[in-house]
Amino acid sequence: MTATPDAAPGAAAALHEGWAELLDRQALSMHPRALRRVAATTSDLLHRAVSASPIDPAPVEAAAAQLVEAHFTDPRMLSGAVRLLQGLPLPDGRGGELAAAFAAGWASALRDRTLREQEAIRLAVDSARRGVEQALKASEARFRALFETAAIGIGIGDIEGNILAANRSLLEMFGARLEDLKDRKVEELVHPEDSPVVWTAYRELVRGARDSFQCDKPYYRGDGEVLWTHLTVSLIRDEGGAPNYQVAMMEDITDRYRLQDRLRHQATHDPLTGLPNRAAFFEQLEQLFDKAGPTTRFGLCYVDLDGFKVVNDSLGHETGDQLLIRVAGRLRSALTPMGHLVARLGGDEFVVLLEDSRDEQEAVCAAQTVLAALDEPVLLGGHRLAVGASIGVLERRVASTTPDAAVRAADLTLYRAKEAGRGQWTLFDAESNAQSVSRYTVSVRMPLALERGEFFLEYQPLCALADGSLTAVEALVRWRHPLLGVLGPDEFVSTAEDTGLILPLGRWVLEQACGQAADWSRRFGAAAPQVNVNITAHQARSRGLVTDVNRVLRASGLDPGRLQLELTESAAMGPEDASVEILESLVGLGVSLSVDDFGTGWSNLAYLRDLPVSALKLSGSFIGDLNGQEDLNGQEEDGTTGPGSEDHVGWRIVSGVVSLAHTLGLTLTAEGVENAATAERLRRLGCDWGQGWHFGRPVPPSEIDRRIAEGPVRGATGLP
Amino acid sequence: MRRQNWTPGWIDLDTPNAARMYDYYLGGSHNFAADREAARRAMALWPELPLIMRANRAFMRRAVQYLAAEGVNRFLDIGSGIPTLGSVHEVAREVDPRARVVYVDRDPVAVAHSTMLVADDPLTEVVEADLTDAADLLARPEVRRLLAPGEPVAVLLVAVLHFVTDQQAPHLLVAELRDAMPPGSALVLCHAALEGRPDQAGSHQEIYARTATPLTMRSVEQITAFFDGFDLVDPGVVYLPQWRPDDPESVDPHPERMTGLVGVGRRP
Repeated sequence: MTATPDAAPGAAAALHEGWAELLDRQALSMHPRALRRVAATTSDLLHRAVSASPIDPAPVEAAAAQLVEAHFTDPRMLSGAVRLLQGLPLPDGRGGELAAAFAAGWASALRDRTLREQEAIRLAVDSARRGVEQALKASEARFRALFETAAIGIGIGDIEGNILAANRSLLEMFGARLEDLKDRKVEELVHPEDSPVVWTAYRELVRGARDSFQCDKPYYRGDGEVLWTHLTVSLIRDEGGAPNYQVAMMEDITDRYRLQDRLRHQATHDPLTGLPNRAAFFEQLEQLFDKAGPTTRFGLCYVDLDGFKVVNDSLGHETGDQLLIRVAGRLRSALTPMGHLVARLGGDEFVVLLEDSRDEQEAVCAAQTVLAALDEPVLLGGHRLAVGASIGVLERRVASTTPDAAVRAADLTLYRAKEAGRGQWTLFDAESNAQSVSRYTVSVRMPLALERGEFFLEYQPLCALADGSLTAVEALVRWRHPLLGVLGPDEFVSTAEDTGLILPLGRWVLEQACGQAADWSRRFGAAAPQVNVNITAHQARSRGLVTDVNRVLRASGLDPGRLQLELTESAAMGPEDASVEILESLVGLGVSLSVDDFGTGWSNLAYLRDLPVSALKLSGSFIGDLNGQEDLNGQEEDGTTGPGSEDHVGWRIVSGVVSLAHTLGLTLTAEGVENAATAERLRRLGCDWGQGWHFGRPVPPSEIDRRIAEGPVRGATGLP
Repeated sequence: MRRQNWTPGWIDLDTPNAARMYDYYLGGSHNFAADREAARRAMALWPELPLIMRANRAFMRRAVQYLAAEGVNRFLDIGSGIPTLGSVHEVAREVDPRARVVYVDRDPVAVAHSTMLVADDPLTEVVEADLTDAADLLARPEVRRLLAPGEPVAVLLVAVLHFVTDQQAPHLLVAELRDAMPPGSALVLCHAALEGRPDQAGSHQEIYARTATPLTMRSVEQITAFFDGFDLVDPGVVYLPQWRPDDPESVDPHPERMTGLVGVGRRP
């Protein structure tokens, strides 16, 4: 390659000038001085190329590369350059040659640059992705560490309830391996003590209706023990919002629950013997009463150790306590297997509770078991202590009594047992019980009790058999005795009658009942029930009764038609009795009268015709035997005349009384109605009203408020 | 702990990216099909876009050269993207070879690219941070060292604030940066203006709405308000070509067609 002297000087000037103009048109962001520098350098290179012959491609390529490097990458740059170089006034068509060399050099440089930049940006992407991956890994590692080492148990499951993962804390809580859990479904982790809302909330969660829930929930551990947890379950949704996973987080609160259990145990157990204490016993007894049906029976053995005081006094409290512990142990091991509850009521008193007992014999059997358990002397500190016990045994229908009355009756029966000689049991007897009560309590305390407001009234509903509506209530007096608890009328009224205390008490009852009835009348109008008040024989013979009733009616404002006085037939219907005159006077006031407990006394039907009564109440003892069966139709398939049959003599008597009452124009109320079947049969026989368990037990007046307010929707065969 | 460490994102090359679209407008090849596709659609509607981008780079060059000549040799380029055409450290060093630069971008690819580009340059650092979390950005050690009291710093927000939505309170973000800048520091701003090409503003914002970085063009008043607390350097807030042109004769008679409003302010 040699320099060509014939390269035209005019061409050099045209190249430099046109080149600078071309670059300037690209309007890059360069400073004009820098642009001029690039233009001068590259046009020099081009000029040098055409100075050689043939054209030297190296400087052309260098110029093109410099331009591409300086961002002259626009294709318009190339077309402009080709046009300019081709048009240069050079000999031998060298302009075209120069343009071709430049185009090749520029394309090559641009290709290099493009590839370089693509590679650079790819590397940048790779690098950035590595960074993100590391961040993801770090994040995952962090979450994994969080999951694995968290003190709370964490489990992950899918929406079908399959358990997918569980952390160490959770596995420890469950005492299980992950494989054990993976075989199970969330829905299988039920526990009988689960709150019912747990599974409702769970189903809502998995179908996406809620995002989380919290509760306390028990689980079974692998070893069968119970694990109590405070549980939070959250729903994880996918990008579209559909339920995807569930995450359960649980805190082990078993200790807290055990503490609660222990506190409860302490509150309900006697610390010395470990037996349930008085509070636990009464709770159990009251539960039994709450859930009992009309025929449920129960039994109590009230146990008192004989001679315990002697042991305590002579050998010291320590020995006494040891003796109690031994006795408690013997009673527990003898009676618990029989299904009975043994509790310590205090001191040397224990009680055995029989639930759902069959008969008195079963309770007597329990008492004999107690005596047998204590037969063997107790060896304590070298002493052979002969421990005897006296036991009061009571076995009754739940419906016939109250928890307080039952315990009191068992206690009083125990005293009779003690009196009869030690080491034996005595069975409850209603008459002896009433005598005991009166002897201990009534005669002395009653006048004071009235002053102190220890009496109160409860009301038992009387309902129309036709539609079950509440028609009347019977006022029943109760005595909240400070020592004995609540006493019923059968426990003190006869004593009150004997001592004459019945008169002030009767007046008080009349005032209370009429006041209450007047209140109902004002509040509920026609829906208010008639009130029935019992009048004893003593009262019925008292001249003051008419005055009292008159005064009470005026004072209370009660419509006399809303008051019915109940008299027992045996008390009120002696032929020579002056009470007829009194009864006439009462009727004259507008008050109605009824004969209570009809069928138990000496019923002189002839006089019944002459008495000014308007109603009969058929004794519960009549109905009692007929309650036993539930067959509404009364059709016994074998055609025998059992209680279920219309032909049973009991029903035929009832039917006869219905006819009698209706013949005399009297409303007939059947007492002791315990079930729907009996109510229905009585209705079919034409009996008017019913009273008893089926229609409701005696209740405080507020409960009657509720019954009135509820209205007459209660069907004749509805539950009480 | 940085939020993104808890929920790392993923590099998605199928979504157009503003930094790589910008590179494409400037004739670079640091871009992928999705970026080019989006940029071509924008250019079909608005053929001047490459010119605008070059004018933008030219402004940045003039501003950096101006500030370097004024004695500022620390630069914080926020939203630096892929700085191949006239990058700040190259421009500044033509004036002061000791100039220090910290590039900040929130796009991990742009950050990775810049990191490789300046790997051997001890005076240049790259930080992945987001302007919309100014507190986090200012807390980065590289940024804190650069903003250490004593020396003035030029903070460049060139073609970046229009990627901050009104909900993200751009004026508060700028104020937060301003309060961290030593006295004598400068704010270099370039922002797409509504007034420049009202005919183009709507469709252009729509194209960017489909990228990871939606565009919010703002009015002259809103853009001028970014300089609250700064003294504006002559000629104030003007269109791109009007700011201290290299050759006043060559300025196009319709500078508003370049649509970007620019300005440089100094902290007293």
